[in-house]
Amino acid sequence: MNRYVPFIALALLALVPLLGLNSYLMHILILVVMWSVIGMAWNLLSGYCGQVSFGHAAFFGVGAYTSGMLYSKLGISGWWGVPASVIVVTLFALVFGYICLRLRGPYFALATLAIGVILRIVAENLVSVTGGDLGIMIRERSWIEKTRYYYIILGIAAFSYLLVHQIIKSKLGYYFVAIREDQDAAESLGINTTLYKTIALCLSAVITGFAGAFYTNYMGYIDPKVVFALHDISIITIMVVMVGGVATFSGPIIGAIIMVVLAEAIRSIPLLGTAHHTLFGILLIVIIIFLPNGIVGDFAKLKKLAGFSRRRS
Amino acid sequence: MSFLEVKKVSRFFGGLAAIKDVSFEVRKGEILGLIGPNGAGKTTLFNVVNGFYHPSRGEVFFQNRKISGSKPHQICQRGIARTFQVVKPLQRMSVLDNVLASSFLRARDKNHANEIARESLEFTGLYHDREVISKGLPLGKRKRLEIARALATQPEVLLLDESFAGLNPAELDESIGIIRRIKDRGITIMIIEHHMKVIMAISDRIVVLNYGEKIAEGTPLEIRENPLVVEAYLGVSPSA
Repeated sequence: MNRYVPFIALALLALVPLLGLNSYLMHILILVVMWSVIGMAWNLLSGYCGQVSFGHAAFFGVGAYTSGMLYSKLGISGWWGVPASVIVVTLFALVFGYICLRLRGPYFALATLAIGVILRIVAENLVSVTGGDLGIMIRERSWIEKTRYYYIILGIAAFSYLLVHQIIKSKLGYYFVAIREDQDAAESLGINTTLYKTIALCLSAVITGFAGAFYTNYMGYIDPKVVFALHDISIITIMVVMVGGVATFSGPIIGAIIMVVLAEAIRSIPLLGTAHHTLFGILLIVIIIFLPNGIVGDFAKLKKLAGFSRRRS
Repeated sequence: MSFLEVKKVSRFFGGLAAIKDVSFEVRKGEILGLIGPNGAGKTTLFNVVNGFYHPSRGEVFFQNRKISGSKPHQICQRGIARTFQVVKPLQRMSVLDNVLASSFLRARDKNHANEIARESLEFTGLYHDREVISKGLPLGKRKRLEIARALATQPEVLLLDESFAGLNPAELDESIGIIRRIKDRGITIMIIEHHMKVIMAISDRIVVLNYGEKIAEGTPLEIRENPLVVEAYLGVSPSA
């Protein structure tokens, strides 16, 4: 029975536009789906393979700029950026991985933190290539209405979910988790840890790049501060997975729903809205203390807590 | 040429020689015991054979090909598996998944990997614990899980680093039985052990290290009567 849940969920999500939601609600929905894609990507590298990344904005931004520059430099539709980002992001991930995957644990995390910031500064200053702080504006929007954007990102999400699911159930998945649990033990069991970490990094980067390329076409405008943002992309990516559940299939989706809705809700509160990062920080602390495996990972614990409080009241 | 040969291997850490000019051979199908007082360089030697360390000097040959300088996963693919003295189970994985992660090495597909893993778990008597998350296993079983995992890579040589330390007598007997049966399968074993009774009983030959140097090599009987070995373990007797 459980096997069919993802397909039923996908079918229901595909029917959502028929409800005739207004464009604001559709926008929220698109953001939720986009964030679950990024979350799934991060989960693959950091959740399963244990290489914690604080710089997924780098891959998101490279994907976004691939799309943007195809439009601004070559004058072709930004949508070509979605397939083109596969090549560009993979090359970028290979170079980054070659240098940084020899670092372990916190040192790798720090390297990813740096790469996100480095790319932002590069994009801000290479004005002739990226347009600098002015960013890239896509003047001819593909569609005014949101339905088609929704189906595109839903397609990307379904593809990503299936990909991650198949990988984790295969030999690759066992190798990733083995590397996470003990790299030396994995190495002595005949696992080429450098190779498999590189594979995890590339897959994760490519999926994140899809989301970035989609973002450019959907929003119609990117600049370095937005797509390479540390707090708005890299950190939120981690929060999505932490809240939802690290190393679970549905965790990133649950996390994306909660984080996007929460972000919108908090932002709409006057005065408090500007402090939404502070509130996210508090939320993260609470999650780490009480639900270290996230909502999906600690679902049993959560149910027990809820039952306990009901009995008391 | 020999099956597994350690040839004039030295390994330095800074100015300290953890092993100095050690040479010996391992013959196909035998159990070779490696003993010596604490800090004699036994585990360092394992790390050199297994590829975690590259020898500072000297070479290691396996089936006439040089393996020193290769990475651990390459050496494992050649057919040398090891266990760790400080057990390294993949903590948050179940016992079965632990073994699966290594049985994929020589498996055609997942079903085949499952088959190898199951066989290896039954061999080590862990099959009933296969669903247990390995973090929660008692030490004796974790030591056996190390062996199961190494066996699942279908090695020709097995390096066992203190697989008996900290076991109670019942577990000890069980593990000795397992090691004998591994030998019966034609797998060559190199074993580090402090438990003298065990090592004397199961080894075909023994190599003794002290302060990083090989001081003796021979059958258990020869080793027991070797004055250098007695001295290394008990010190010089005043009458001598």
